Amino acid sequence: MHGVVEGSPPTLRDAALEELVDRVRAATVHGAAADGEGGGLCIRGAGSKDFLGGPLQGELLSTGALRGISSYEPSELVITARAGTPLSEVESVLAEKGQCLAFEPPRHEPGCTVGGAVAAGLAGPARAAVGGVRDFVLGASLLNGRAEVLSFGGQVMKNVAGYDVSRLLAGSMGVLGVILEVSLKVLPMAPSTTTLRFDCDERSALARLNEWGGQPLPLHASAWWDGVLVVRLSGARAAVESAQRRLGGETIPTEMAHAFWAGLRDQRDEFFGEALSAVSKAGHLWRVSVPQTAGPLGVTGLGSGTLIEWGGAQRWVVTAEGDADTEQALMKAARAAGGHAQIFRGPRSGTTMALDPVLLRIHRQLKAAFDPHGLFNRGRLHPDF
Amino acid sequence: MNAPLPPGALDAPGSLPPAAGGLSDVPRAQRQTEVVQALRALLPEHALLWHQEDVVPYECDGLTAYRATPLCVALPETEAQVAAVLRTCHRLQVPVVARGAGTGLSGGAMPHERGVTLSLAKFNKILQVDPVSRTATVQCGVRNLAISEAAAPYGLYYAPDPSSQIACTIGGNVAENSGGVHCLKYGLTVHNVLQVRGYTIEGEPVTFGSRALDAAGLDLLSVIVGSEGMLAVTTEVVVKLVPKPQLARCIMASFDDVRRAGEAVAAVIAAGIIPAGLEMMDRPMTAAVEDFVHAGYDLHAEAILLCEADGTPEEVAEEIDRMLEVLSGCGATRLEVSKDEAQRLKFWSGRKNAFPASGRISPDYMCMDSTIPRKRLADILVAIAEMENQYGLRCLNVFHAGDGNLHPLILFDANDPDQLHRCELFGADILETSVRMGGTVTGEHGVGVEKLGSMCVQFAPEEREQMFALKRAFDAEGLLNPGKVIPTLTRCAEGGKMHVKKGLLPFPQLERF
Repeated sequence: MHGVVEGSPPTLRDAALEELVDRVRAATVHGAAADGEGGGLCIRGAGSKDFLGGPLQGELLSTGALRGISSYEPSELVITARAGTPLSEVESVLAEKGQCLAFEPPRHEPGCTVGGAVAAGLAGPARAAVGGVRDFVLGASLLNGRAEVLSFGGQVMKNVAGYDVSRLLAGSMGVLGVILEVSLKVLPMAPSTTTLRFDCDERSALARLNEWGGQPLPLHASAWWDGVLVVRLSGARAAVESAQRRLGGETIPTEMAHAFWAGLRDQRDEFFGEALSAVSKAGHLWRVSVPQTAGPLGVTGLGSGTLIEWGGAQRWVVTAEGDADTEQALMKAARAAGGHAQIFRGPRSGTTMALDPVLLRIHRQLKAAFDPHGLFNRGRLHPDF
Repeated sequence: MNAPLPPGALDAPGSLPPAAGGLSDVPRAQRQTEVVQALRALLPEHALLWHQEDVVPYECDGLTAYRATPLCVALPETEAQVAAVLRTCHRLQVPVVARGAGTGLSGGAMPHERGVTLSLAKFNKILQVDPVSRTATVQCGVRNLAISEAAAPYGLYYAPDPSSQIACTIGGNVAENSGGVHCLKYGLTVHNVLQVRGYTIEGEPVTFGSRALDAAGLDLLSVIVGSEGMLAVTTEVVVKLVPKPQLARCIMASFDDVRRAGEAVAAVIAAGIIPAGLEMMDRPMTAAVEDFVHAGYDLHAEAILLCEADGTPEEVAEEIDRMLEVLSGCGATRLEVSKDEAQRLKFWSGRKNAFPASGRISPDYMCMDSTIPRKRLADILVAIAEMENQYGLRCLNVFHAGDGNLHPLILFDANDPDQLHRCELFGADILETSVRMGGTVTGEHGVGVEKLGSMCVQFAPEEREQMFALKRAFDAEGLLNPGKVIPTLTRCAEGGKMHVKKGLLPFPQLERF
């Protein structure tokens, strides 16, 4: 082939990238064995999600120098950015063209990066309506544990050439390799958005959300906490207006609504404020992922009550230090509902992932397939690797 | 959908590598006896086929040019039988090729000549349609359209709608990550499946994903979808159902220049509109379908766009107005909005009959499936027009324009070996040109056996090796659908294909010239 690549830009092999490659190559030779316990490489962008998963181990490998938006064309609905690019930079570039990252990745700290957002795989309030991080990943380049720079996926919406490795990286917590660059599908911001508020208890909030979910309504996000259900409608102007008339409730003023959803998305609203203060006293913030139709968890002894998002599919609760009974009850309730509960924040973060033996074996073998020397982010996703 | 070719018209994809285990030197007949005897102990008499006349229907899938005869075809009726067949095949180190309706277009379900074809046709029950959770739980052999039909009484449907939806099964959709005309707005299979249950090659039950929006650990579901039966055998799928739009209306727009039509596609998206469908046909294609369906297409247009809005009546009215404004701003020479459902279906009838219409005017045709960035639509059309001269063959073009997925149909006569050869070169040229334009060799039909050579162009050796390693993590001995999807280094070397992507060219400096 006489190929001149006219389309997608090549992965930029600049000094910043070469340094990472050299570091990983060196680690394949010396690192893992020599360091033994606590060794390996600890991939880190801005460090905004150090709290997430198991404790940091190993030598710091910063993606901070991999910066910049490699390409962005609004009519293609795709943006490609290097891993260390601040999310805020990406979002402001998109906003100029009336587009957005529809999955609303949380911004725990101002400097948080694109690579971190994909590796953590966290999505914000719109998750149930629009999809999660993996639904928007179109392609990625990866530095694997053999110090090879690989590209998977691409910049087009439809692509079934080979295994979809790039989507697998969403939520991988860096255990498969260093995400160098990602291409994300972007969407236009909706022409119209309205937020409604209803007073109701947990059970009726869940019932309403599931009922509304089965109707052609522009339901975009929801949150219930402490007797108040808040829903966001988003879409064509006419659709939002007619849904608003149909659902009733109290319309929240735009500015206040904006602040509410941003606080929820970035986990700095009142609920998360209380949760963080419990965590500072050795308590734990739990994330419970269950089918949207699951009823109230029915676990007593939870501080701050339950915050329900994603039409019922994501629930947040807080347990106090050493309250093993409540923790067990919570995990049991989540399993019984067909989901799982994991510590999201707190001293024992990263210790609560339960995988059945077959899945655990596949996880271990996948880890070995990408990172045969076990260099990357040991223990961040699962205590065993 | 390729028109049928005479058996053996094309070379089979060459030597599929035998499964590991050192058994490739055992004579085939002896191997067949051994495998059939072992499986007979597990399955009812009627659920195992091995006589030549019984296995012939399984020789190929929708890609009829590539054929092979399996040792036998197992048609288990229960999950316990599936598990037992897999355990036995694993013990005997026999390759296993899972098969649904066999409508795939890339040879993904083509049998392995030293393997067992595992037909899942009997897993055809809809287990549950739950209007409250908006999910359906179905066995893998349920047809795509049957899910939407079962959900219709609740005002719900399953969104991905590949053109073969009457026949293709959800298990096959999972294997191929199937799309359809609505996937720009509603997503592909990967976006509409919550959970896949199935079995590993060892015959162990395994569940990927969950009924919640995520599962603990790595998102294995995202790699299972689209894995073309190479990682696990799917038996049951939980899909999302979405509310059926109250109304859909379609605009038919004519352009006197393909470049302008391509620009209009980009302009619609840039205006912040995500159409429910956005399709394009070029003039030769339009002529072929008009002759077939008589839908009143504009035969003078160089390109026709179909642009659809769906939702509530208010939403549709608002969106149609915005679309009309953009399209006329881009120089559309004729604009017509469907007045009712009958007219909307008429607009679509030609597009949906593009393949049979092509079959009427040519003995054979080969359908390509690459994807390019939307902005290159006009460029690829111009390039394809030049290739028509170069290879001396005609090509009709239909595109899922909204997502840049092309289906050029190359017309040829398979009885003329030279035409067949030129057609293959033409097809490969389209795929390689698509990759150079920043696209991919397959948008929705899968790699299977058909595009193995083109995978050498798109991926570097280390990338292909990483994919092999991923496969081994699920299937250490390489028994599930071996020889598909990822070409070996040897195959790429023999085919003389060198990959042309990104900064990973063997000689990256050459790119600059």
